Parts: sequence; structure tokens; C-alpha cells
Amino acid sequence: MADFLVFEGVSKHYGEIRAVDSVSLSINKGEIFSLLGPSGCGKTTLLRCCAGFEAPDAGRIILDGRDITGLPPHERKVNTVFQNYALFPHLTIRDNIAFGPRMARWTKGEIDKEVARMLELIQMEDYADRKVTEISGGQKQRVAIARALINRPQVLLLDEPLAALDLKLRQRMLVELDAIHDEVGITFVYVTHDQGEAMGISDRIAAMNRGRIEQIGRPVEIYEAPRSSFVAAFIGDTNFFDGIVTEVMDGPYCRLRIEGFPDVLAWNDKGLLPGNAVHLSLRPEKFKIWRELPEPLPNRNLVQGTVEDVIYLGSHTKYWVRVEDYRLGLHQQHSRYLLDTRPITWGEKVWLSWFADDSCMLERYKAEDENLLVLPDTEAEPARA
Amino acid sequence: MTTVAKKKWHEWLITGPSFIWLLIFFIIPTMIVFAITFKPSTPFGGIGDGWTLNTLFSLRNPNYPAIIWRTVWLSVVSTAICLLLAVPCGYCIARAPKRSRDILLLLVIIPFWTNFLIRIFAWKVLLHPEGMLKQALVFLHLCSPDATLLYNPVTVLLVIIYTYLPFAILPVYAAAEKFDYSLIEAARDLGASHFRAFRRIFLPGISRGVWTAVLMVFIPALGSYVIPDIVGGPGSEMIGNKIAQRTFVDRNLPHASALAALLTLAVMVPLMITLVHHYRQPPVAPKKGKEAAQ
Repeated sequence: MADFLVFEGVSKHYGEIRAVDSVSLSINKGEIFSLLGPSGCGKTTLLRCCAGFEAPDAGRIILDGRDITGLPPHERKVNTVFQNYALFPHLTIRDNIAFGPRMARWTKGEIDKEVARMLELIQMEDYADRKVTEISGGQKQRVAIARALINRPQVLLLDEPLAALDLKLRQRMLVELDAIHDEVGITFVYVTHDQGEAMGISDRIAAMNRGRIEQIGRPVEIYEAPRSSFVAAFIGDTNFFDGIVTEVMDGPYCRLRIEGFPDVLAWNDKGLLPGNAVHLSLRPEKFKIWRELPEPLPNRNLVQGTVEDVIYLGSHTKYWVRVEDYRLGLHQQHSRYLLDTRPITWGEKVWLSWFADDSCMLERYKAEDENLLVLPDTEAEPARA
Repeated sequence: MTTVAKKKWHEWLITGPSFIWLLIFFIIPTMIVFAITFKPSTPFGGIGDGWTLNTLFSLRNPNYPAIIWRTVWLSVVSTAICLLLAVPCGYCIARAPKRSRDILLLLVIIPFWTNFLIRIFAWKVLLHPEGMLKQALVFLHLCSPDATLLYNPVTVLLVIIYTYLPFAILPVYAAAEKFDYSLIEAARDLGASHFRAFRRIFLPGISRGVWTAVLMVFIPALGSYVIPDIVGGPGSEMIGNKIAQRTFVDRNLPHASALAALLTLAVMVPLMITLVHHYRQPPVAPKKGKEAAQ
């Protein structure tokens, strides 16, 4: 069901700071929807508005056709998993999970049955009578989820639920969270600053920046076709080019002139005409790096440059290659690293190739977003990303 | 020396000085008081030779039950009212913005800058038939000109509450300041109203502060004698007054000691209950459906 949870022009100001700036979005029933953005982008404020801890200054929040904007938290069919879990330290695991039903005055039999079911769902039957202080971080996380889910909320809000866990546990919990979602089928709204988490778990993502939504879409759309320089730079890594269309080719391609860089061929999805200015985003893994000049292919760009920096990262290697005025960051997967007798290294002259289809034209570009890129500065000269 | 023995030795070394301090200045004097109870008195205010149980029997003074009862109810009621005031105060101070929090704390502490006796006398001035408060109340037709605000147990109660309220606010504040308020949000999120979140989550969360406040008010209130002596009348005597009277007027130290021992026991028993009840980690027992049965 579409339009299950709807935000209509929701704004929230703290003094002069616009934490949330007229955000409108619509979340479908049963999906995992992520709010992704850097800290301070307003994602948590938006979530707190939805939970009822903050009252928006303007706009409405509609859940299942009902305006819930003015309802206090305890009257909303919405439950939250808090970042620090906020488990009640004076209660046992069982009593923590039973808290919501007790507030709702379920019968004892019903509570016992549901608590047992929840303990089974999170596989913590053996820990039911432990204190909160006696279980690990991952277990606390699971209890927090069970404590929220037992109330059968219409929407489960998760506020950076995995932020306090270490990497391996985070990955495992993410899979577990996905399994729980499949099991209960409740709509999840997931707030995170970790793009990996958001990409991994979400059906759709809203990328947020400075209280506004930059783009809403499926993970693949957000990653492969970012609309703004912010989305391109915050989610994953990228290279920016600014150029001018010189020629529109037959088919969906166009040729760009880029100052301080060879001419490139790009996918013209915006239907631009000669003379139009354009900002291009090109993800690092789209490149292929060659020691020898490869065979030319149609629609494949080929430029020559010098390797300036190499970082070996196990699964892949990051290269920074100087091509005229530009310094490109690229990833090379190690599908045959040990077969290549001599890996490409510092100072080598190399060829870079990428397909015109793999670049993406940006609708909005702000120079400051280049600060989000993880390219290291060169010391001698100012970096031109 | 084995490591275990070494560790034990270290523990003794660390706790030793405070233990010796307590022994010399607290435990031995208390023991002396208990011992004097079983000594005969001399007509000149001294302590006679030999041992006797006469003093204990003399505690069956027909006036005492009333005084003991008054002492207990004044202490219990003042503790209860102090708590009722201290919990909201402590909560508000803990939740106030940093700047006003410091000011509010200062306001709580300021009374200590004035001598205790002077503050009690100030109450006497305020409540005196010609005093400001009395005049104001009469002027506002809130009390009749003949009413006496001084020299009754309620006045004693009022001044005890006034005196010990800061001792209740401070531990409650200390606990409320450390309390994790996202727990309240979690409770509200899980369907608890403001009041239920306060009662089910906040109060248990600051229970240590509350228990400390109880001890900090109840014990001194039980032993108070200056307050009933100054603002209380003959009908507001507490055990403390009797002890003072036996010591300074009657010069009967064994009798005073007996009363003091009684008071000490009266303080020790609730203290021990509290300690056992709260400061030891209670065993985790399943409390299934306790609330649901309500």
C-alpha cells in the first residue's frame, strides 16, 4: 500500500537552525525505508517528529490515513528502537519486553504468550530473567527490537540502531534485522549515517542533507544515478567533472569538452544540447586501469595518466591517477591480483578506460560537496578532483 | 605470602584508617552509651559502681509512649513531605538548563550559610504573634488574630521540613542528574503516560537518591531536639528533648543513655532494613505479570 506514512511539508526549527526544512515524503506499507545523511542533516529530528517527541513547526504527518501530528507519543501506533537502546535497567529482559503490553493493560495470559513469542523471535529465551546489565550489546539491540515489536506498531522507527556495535556484529545484526522484517512485515523507518547499512537493508532510501531531502529512490538508483553532487559524494565515492556539451551523437550519447581534461563521451540521459554546461559524476569502480593501451571499443573512453597514489585494501586497491589537471580516484577489484605478476604501482604511466554509460549527469551541483570525497590532498599542488 | 593473602592485607591497609576512625569516634562512644544504661546513677550526676537494670525499668514512664509516638510521627511525616517536595525539585533542577541549574542549586545550599540556630530563631520571629507572617496572614484574613502559630507540633513539623529539605533535595538531584532521560522517552514510546513513565521508570531509576534522602531526613528528624525546644511548646516534646533534660537538668546520665540507646536502635533498625533491602544487589526473581494483575 502506497502512502502509508506520509510527511507533508514537515519543518522543525531550533532557533535559527532549520533542522528539518519542509520535508515531504511518502512511505509504503511494509517497506524498509531509510533516512540517510550525515550527522546534523535532520534525519533523527524527522524520526522524533514521527515518534511524537518533537512537534513539527509546520506540516503534517499522516499514518494510515490518520493525522498523527498532534498526538502524544503514547497514543501513536509507532514504536522506536533507540540508538542507545534505552532499556530499563531496573527490569529484567522479560519485564522490559512486557512493558508496552502492561501499559496497554493486556491480560496476563496474553502478555506471557507474546513475550515468549518475542523471546523466541530474538532467540533469547534463556536470558529472559537476566538483568539488562548482564547481556551484551548485540543482545540489548535484539531486546530493544522485541520490546518495540511486541506492541504490534504500524511503523517501527529505528534510530541508528547498529551504531553502537562493532563492524562484524553490525553486519550480522543487519541480516537479522532483515529477517525480522520479513517475519513481522511491519513498515520500518531506518535512520542511519552509514551508507553501507542503508544500501544493504533498504527498499528505498531518502538521502538527506541540511534538513532537506536530496533524493528518494531504491539503493541502486541512489548509487548509480545520483541527482545531486551531495548524493554522489556522500553515498559511495565519486569523481566530478564539469564540462560543456560539444556534440550530440546518434543515439543516447554526447561528447563533452572538459577544461584540463581530454574530451569524453557521456550518456546523455538529460537530453542536453550542444553548448549546455554539465556536471558529471563517475564512480571509482567504473574505471579499468591498464598498463598497455587496450583495444579501442565504441562508447569507451580512454585516457592516459600517471599513478600518484596507491592504497592496497585487500578486496580492492585504490589508485589516484593524474590526468592533465584532474586527479581521479578509482578502485580496482582483485579478481586476478595474484595472477598479475607485477601490480601497477606509483609513478607508472597507465591507461584508464570507462564506458560512457557509466557516468551520470547531475541535476544539482555544489562545489562544497567535493569536500565529502575521500581523495587525499596532494601536498605540493592544490588537488583538482 | 600468597597473592590472596596479600590482597586481603592490601584491603585492610586501605580500609584500616577509616575503620580505626569509626571505631574510636563512633563505635566505642556508642558502646559506652549502651554500657552506661546498665549503671546506677549517683545523686551528683555521676555514674555509680556495679550494674543495674533499674534504669531500663524506669523507661516505663507513663509520659514516654506519647513522646515516642510524637517523635516517630513527626519524623515519618516530615520525611514523607520532604520527599514529596524533593522529588519534583530534584527533577526540575536536574532538567533545568546548565546556567539556571547552578543558580537553583545555590539557592538550595544558601540556607547553610546561616547558622542553624539563627535560622530556627528566625522562624520564631516570623511566626511570633507580632511576627511578620502572622500579621500578614491576619491581614489577608487567612488566620484569626487569636490563632497561635508557634509552640505546637505542627510548627515543629514545619521547621523540621524546612531544615532538612535541602538534605532531601540534594541526593534526589544527584540521582536525577545521572538519570538517563531517554528512558522516559522509551516509556512514553511504549505507551506510558507522563505520570506512569514517571512512576514506573523515573522513580525506580532514582531510588538510590530517594533512599539516601529518606535516611538524611528521617535520622536527624528522629534525633532533633533544638527545633522542638525553640519553636515547640510543652506539648511538642520529642525524645531528644527528654535526653537533653535528663542530661542537663536531672543530671541522670544512665537514664539519658537509656533513651539515647533507644533512639540509636530506632535509627539502626530502619537503616539496616534499608541497607539490606537496597544497597545489596537484590537477587533477580521473575516478576511475571505482577503489574498485569492490577
